[in-house]
Amino acid sequence: MEKMIAQKSISVNEEGYMTDFAQWTKEVGEEIAKENNIVMTPKHWEVIDYIQNEHRNDSPLSIRKIGKSGVVDIKEFYALFPVGPLKTATKIAGVPKPASCI
Amino acid sequence: MNEYKGEIRKMMIILSKGSIENVYAAFVLANGARMEGIEAEMFFTFFGLEALHNKKLDHLHVATVGNPAMHMPTMFGGLPGMEAFATHMMKKEMEKLDMPEVREFLDILKASGVKLWACKLAMEMFHYTKEDMYADMDGIITVGDFYHQAQGIGTHMLFI
Repeated sequence: MEKMIAQKSISVNEEGYMTDFAQWTKEVGEEIAKENNIVMTPKHWEVIDYIQNEHRNDSPLSIRKIGKSGVVDIKEFYALFPVGPLKTATKIAGVPKPASCI
Repeated sequence: MNEYKGEIRKMMIILSKGSIENVYAAFVLANGARMEGIEAEMFFTFFGLEALHNKKLDHLHVATVGNPAMHMPTMFGGLPGMEAFATHMMKKEMEKLDMPEVREFLDILKASGVKLWACKLAMEMFHYTKEDMYADMDGIITVGDFYHQAQGIGTHMLFI
C-alpha cells in the first residue's frame, strides 16, 4: 500500500516497512524515525548506514551481527533504539524486517 | 493514559535444566522478547545453574539417553562419546544459524537488558558460591523475590 512520508508516496507493507528500498531518502528515514519516537543523531545514522550496506550485500541481519559490526555494541544499540532495536532500525533504514531469532 | 490492550510487557523465564536444548530455548525466548521490546528476566534454578556456572557453561551437552525425541536406542545413546558427538552436531547446526555459544549468548542477553538471577536455594543445594558464577549475573534471589519482580500488568511466566 502507499503512504505519504516526507511529501513522497512510499510503498509500505501492513507493518510499515518499505517495500521498495529505491524510494528511501534521508527525509523519509527521518520521518519514520519520528513516528517511532526516535530522535536521530549522527550515531543513529551510522547504524542505519551499516544496515543499508548489509541489505545491499544481501547479508542477513541479526542482533549478534550488529554487536560485531564495529559500529555499535549491543548495549549501545539498545540505548539508541530502545524498543525492539532491530525492528525499529530496519524500518527507519527502509529495509525489510529481519526474520532472525538472534 | 496507556490503555492495556493485552500485549506482553514482560517475560519471566525460569530455567531448571542444564541440557543444551533447554538452555538455548530459554535464551532464545529471553532474547526474542528483548528484540520485540518486551522486558525479560531469567531465574536459573536446579540444573539451570549449570548455564551460569563459569566452569560448566562452556561444556553443556544434549541428552542422548532418556530423550525419546532423539529416536536413538537407549543402549546406543549411552555408548561412550555419543553425547559429545550429538552435542557437536547440534552445535554445528546452531553456528550455521548464527547462534552464539552459551557464554557469548549470556553477554548478549546482559547487553540487551535481560536480568539474570540465580536461585538461592539451588545455589545452597549445589554448594555454589557467587564467585563460581558468571560475573555479570544480577544476583542470588529467592523464588519469592522473583515473583515480586514479576508484578505488573502484561507479565508472563514460563518454566523450562
